[in-house]
Amino acid sequence: MTLAHPSKWEKYFWPLAAATVFLLVWHFSVRWSGSTIFPSPLDVQKGVAELMRKGLLGSYIADSLRRVGIGFSAAALLGIPLGLTLGWYPAASQVVNPLIQMLRPISPIAWIPLAIVWFGVGDAAAIYLIFLGAFFPIVVAAMNGVRNVPSMFRRAGRNFGLNPTQLLAKVVFPAALPQIIVGLRIALGIAWLVVVAAEMIAVDSGLGYLVIDARNSGKRYDLVVAAMLMIGLIGLGLDFGFRRLETIRSVRWGFRND
Amino acid sequence: MKLLRQWRPLALIAALLAAWHIAITRQPAHLLPTPLEVARGIAELAERGLLLKYVVASLFRVTWGFASAAIIAIPAGLAIGWYRRSEMALNPLIQIFRPISPLAWIPISILWFGVGDVAAIFLIFLASLLPLTLTAMNAVGSIPPVYVNAGRNFGLSHAQLVYRVLYPAVIPQLIIGLRITLGVAWLVVVAAEMIAVNSGLGFLIVDARNAGNRYDLVVAGMVLIGIIGLMLDTGMRSLERIRSLRWGYSED
Amino acid sequence: MATQPATAQIEKARRTKLKVSGINMVFRRDGQSTNVLDDVDLEVGEGEFLCLLGPSGCGKSTLLNAIAGFLTPTSGEVRIDGEVVRGPDPRRIFVFQERGVFPWLTVEGNIGFGLFNLPKDEQARRIAHYVKMVGLQGFEKAYPQELSGGMKQRVEVARALAVNPDMMFLDEPFGALDSITRLIMRGELLRIWEAERKTIIFVTHDIEEAVQLADRVVVMSARPAKIQKIVEIDIPHPRDISSQRYLELRDGIFEEIGLAHKV
Repeated sequence: MTLAHPSKWEKYFWPLAAATVFLLVWHFSVRWSGSTIFPSPLDVQKGVAELMRKGLLGSYIADSLRRVGIGFSAAALLGIPLGLTLGWYPAASQVVNPLIQMLRPISPIAWIPLAIVWFGVGDAAAIYLIFLGAFFPIVVAAMNGVRNVPSMFRRAGRNFGLNPTQLLAKVVFPAALPQIIVGLRIALGIAWLVVVAAEMIAVDSGLGYLVIDARNSGKRYDLVVAAMLMIGLIGLGLDFGFRRLETIRSVRWGFRND
Repeated sequence: MKLLRQWRPLALIAALLAAWHIAITRQPAHLLPTPLEVARGIAELAERGLLLKYVVASLFRVTWGFASAAIIAIPAGLAIGWYRRSEMALNPLIQIFRPISPLAWIPISILWFGVGDVAAIFLIFLASLLPLTLTAMNAVGSIPPVYVNAGRNFGLSHAQLVYRVLYPAVIPQLIIGLRITLGVAWLVVVAAEMIAVNSGLGFLIVDARNAGNRYDLVVAGMVLIGIIGLMLDTGMRSLERIRSLRWGYSED
Repeated sequence: MATQPATAQIEKARRTKLKVSGINMVFRRDGQSTNVLDDVDLEVGEGEFLCLLGPSGCGKSTLLNAIAGFLTPTSGEVRIDGEVVRGPDPRRIFVFQERGVFPWLTVEGNIGFGLFNLPKDEQARRIAHYVKMVGLQGFEKAYPQELSGGMKQRVEVARALAVNPDMMFLDEPFGALDSITRLIMRGELLRIWEAERKTIIFVTHDIEEAVQLADRVVVMSARPAKIQKIVEIDIPHPRDISSQRYLELRDGIFEEIGLAHKV
């Protein structure tokens, strides 16, 4: 901000430099501390290779992504229409909003015992937890999105003779879309956090299970860190995909302040 | 009429509680508790002195983890955001670390700190650190250049510029970031307590289930988690209504 | 304007405050370079009110930013009181449109923003003085978002005046105001200028505004900006905007820019 415009090569140089310094510090602090349990970057790389050789990595990633995919899609499919409705009918939101506000702050992870009672140990329980984690942020984002649509837009729409359905489809939804996309992105981040927790407790596959299992069966911390690295990279990929949505031209107006 | 409208949400909640009660009691040998049993569960916890103890334990961990993260992350984030090149260098690293669920750190946290308070606090610290750093970075980036130019025009030194322009300009966004992060911290403390320690509301939930399927206490624990989460959020929101900060929240 | 010997002599008698010599400004973005200012020379006398006039986006704001020290010219130099300008300085204050008012400070806090080196009682005295001068009594404790656009603009002008600068730079300061408020603000700016005799450089795209306010109007051409003509406005204040001379000067500028003065 205070310095001159950085040149093009710096765009690649500085991140690489920072990453190199980070890896070196990590490597040498493991070396010098003489730790035999905590892995160095090289150990982690070997761990990743080992997981791939055994074919575990691909199947665990697929399991985690499947759970997040189903739970998150269900949350979006139910949450967006509900949120739009609540935002559209203030009377409805007045009645339902207090209930949402009471349920929302209950950590999805606190639902684990109930999820297991209802669905048993397995996929369904994990998916239910992800659904819960993603559902409330999506509802609230859609509701606020509709509420924040300037009344000018609605009046203009009515002025051109749109009926309520058309008004919702052609004016209110597009106007609320940027906020809904932000809500979806935040919800996906929470879903990714919850799936790891759910897999640590409620199922026996997936990246979260890998973290806990690698520790419990023989203190394989190289695999623990390898799994963490995968969780980070995939989470980054998901977030990146959603940010691409925000650059679509028809919604970009909503993000000009970011 | 107005009174009626105010009672409507309560009526809905009452109806749902009634539905809950009926759904449970229709099963002959019910595992899950009725609302009344949950209320009795909370009363029982209070009698045994566990209610206060667990709430305090959870809040203690959140406070330390969250506060230490804020003290480190906010100045660091402001500094990184201010210098373009440091942002370029560190942003990719931060972006890779951020989506690593803090819960995935549990094994490492236990390895470093053993089972206990410090491990749980460390997890909350980790969960809060990167979101707060990013909030501070983005907040600096979005300061209108006109404020910085005006500050420089009046001959402010570097330190004065930080204290009198940078800092007040980012406070509203920082408060939003702190509020959202506190929500995440509250989510993580519950998970951490389920795995890494033996007190707190998260522990209560797991313990009540494992020690004799006391689902009334499980749900009691959930209710308490919800109420405290709501109070934390409301408390942070009230900061957003301070008169000198309100400019930052024009839309709401 | 050789027909006005009296004013010309006064101009000569003025000490040169600002001297812009041969500045060029080239912006580089994504490999392309745009020439925004092309070899601009300008002299401004002490206590003069100068308007930079030109169409939107012609580079007049860039010139003002270079004079104020926020931008460094690609070549050439700006001297104020004989010193080369190397950055912003509290002796010369830039007034942004009301966007520059700090939203986290009250009216008092904003006006007192630049007074941090003074003792407390002197700060209070100056704040009170300038609150009164710009007519904001009763709003001392109000926050900017509680004020209208015109009031915010007054806060910015008062904040600049409070540090007693010898120059003020105004970048389309009244552009966002409604035309009635704008007229009132022009009158107030002239009143303040006559009372305090600062050197003022005022950027505008409004021909009427320029002719009403300035001692001299610098007409700029667009892309890259060059000085097309300098017009001396030899009408004493308060100016009669239906007088023959006013209309003559105004129409001259209209023609200079290439606009017919008919709608």
